[in-house]
Amino acid sequence: MTGNHPLAAESETYELSVNGRREQVKAAWLGESLLAVLRERLGLPGAKNACEQGECGSCSVFVDGVLVCSCCVLAADAVDAEVTTVEGLADGDALTDVQQSFLDAGAVQCGFCTPGLVVAVHDLLDRNPDPGDLEVREAISGNLCRCTGYGRILAAVEAVRDQRGRRSRP
Amino acid sequence: MTVARPRTLAEALGALEATPDAHLLAGGTDFMVEVNFGHRRPTDIVALRRVVELQGHEHADGHVTLGAMLTYAEIEADLAEDFPALAAAGRTVGSPQIRNAGTIGGNVGTASPAGDTLPLLVALDAEVDLAGPEGTRTVALDEFITGPKRTDRRPGEIITRVRVPRVTGPQQFLKIGTRNAMVISIACLALVLDLDARRVRCGLGSVGPRPLRPRAAEDFLSGEIDWDGPRAAPGAVRRFAELVAEACTPITDQRGTAEYRRHAAGVLARRAVERSLQS
Repeated sequence: MTGNHPLAAESETYELSVNGRREQVKAAWLGESLLAVLRERLGLPGAKNACEQGECGSCSVFVDGVLVCSCCVLAADAVDAEVTTVEGLADGDALTDVQQSFLDAGAVQCGFCTPGLVVAVHDLLDRNPDPGDLEVREAISGNLCRCTGYGRILAAVEAVRDQRGRRSRP
Repeated sequence: MTVARPRTLAEALGALEATPDAHLLAGGTDFMVEVNFGHRRPTDIVALRRVVELQGHEHADGHVTLGAMLTYAEIEADLAEDFPALAAAGRTVGSPQIRNAGTIGGNVGTASPAGDTLPLLVALDAEVDLAGPEGTRTVALDEFITGPKRTDRRPGEIITRVRVPRVTGPQQFLKIGTRNAMVISIACLALVLDLDARRVRCGLGSVGPRPLRPRAAEDFLSGEIDWDGPRAAPGAVRRFAELVAEACTPITDQRGTAEYRRHAAGVLARRAVERSLQS
């Protein structure tokens, strides 16, 4: 199956671009979600599988730089897009400022929602470097955490916002 | 199974002709849930997100045409001045993730009774442009949606654009759910005071099998408003709310009872009018 052909013939192999690498998806049913393909076929378990209906945000990824729930994306429709998962945010073993801040603030309890939240917080702060409290709450309103009560998550986001603010000021 | 990824409307119509039972895929936020849960096992899909003719929005004489692939996030960002209640409705859909994916064409084509953009669109007498094997046609949205998740879309047709008349005057969108984000509405209402035509326009969601126009209530309040304010007597607003509640044909489901929905629609009606009037 190729990216530009209007009607791709039945095929079980297609290619995705994930975290800057071309990945072959072989012997796959074409109805699979991007989440299923990332986790089960490409060995990228960072996006979590919970609700499978776009409700919990734990599978959040970027598709062409746009924050989406990967459970609601047809993988075979993402062939000409650049997919970035939580695994692709940092360089190698380094942590991004958001990841480090989640650690420092203790914003992690069971950890299941953390990858999705980290992706959503990157999306927020990259678009809006100085969000107010309500903007932060709205930005993570689609990422459910059943452990923390969100207090430390909000603290982690504020810490990154303030850090980035200090760095950008002369 | 096949997945077609057309880039033009002609390619999309060709793909649909080649696989007549194909499912049209827009943002995927409804369709993929059904696939993930095994409720639907598609054989063919025509994915529309690349089709150039379905993108963006355009100002035309007296109305704005919205491309079927316009997302809720784009509506929120780009249409708040033209249609404040549509932008407000878009902002209540799901989460940022869902609003980045879900589209106006998907909302219209899925025709859920709870589709959040639909009450305002029917209140404004929006029309749907379709392209198909026999050419193009334009249908009033109020007639296009025939029942819960049922439309008048004919085989081989694709929703291309939604035409929304521009109306001068205050607009409100109000929605009831269990929290501010991530809720399917239990009841929602859009209200427009059309100052040029001196008409009240109202649309209701989640209180009937399809988006409703409470026309008797509209007619009543249109005659009661002092349009030079606009102002209305409290009794007239209360009567409008009663007539809106009477227009509802709700069901009881896991989100709410029919009685609650009818009551809620009346409360939303009163609130929307009060917010629109000059005090």
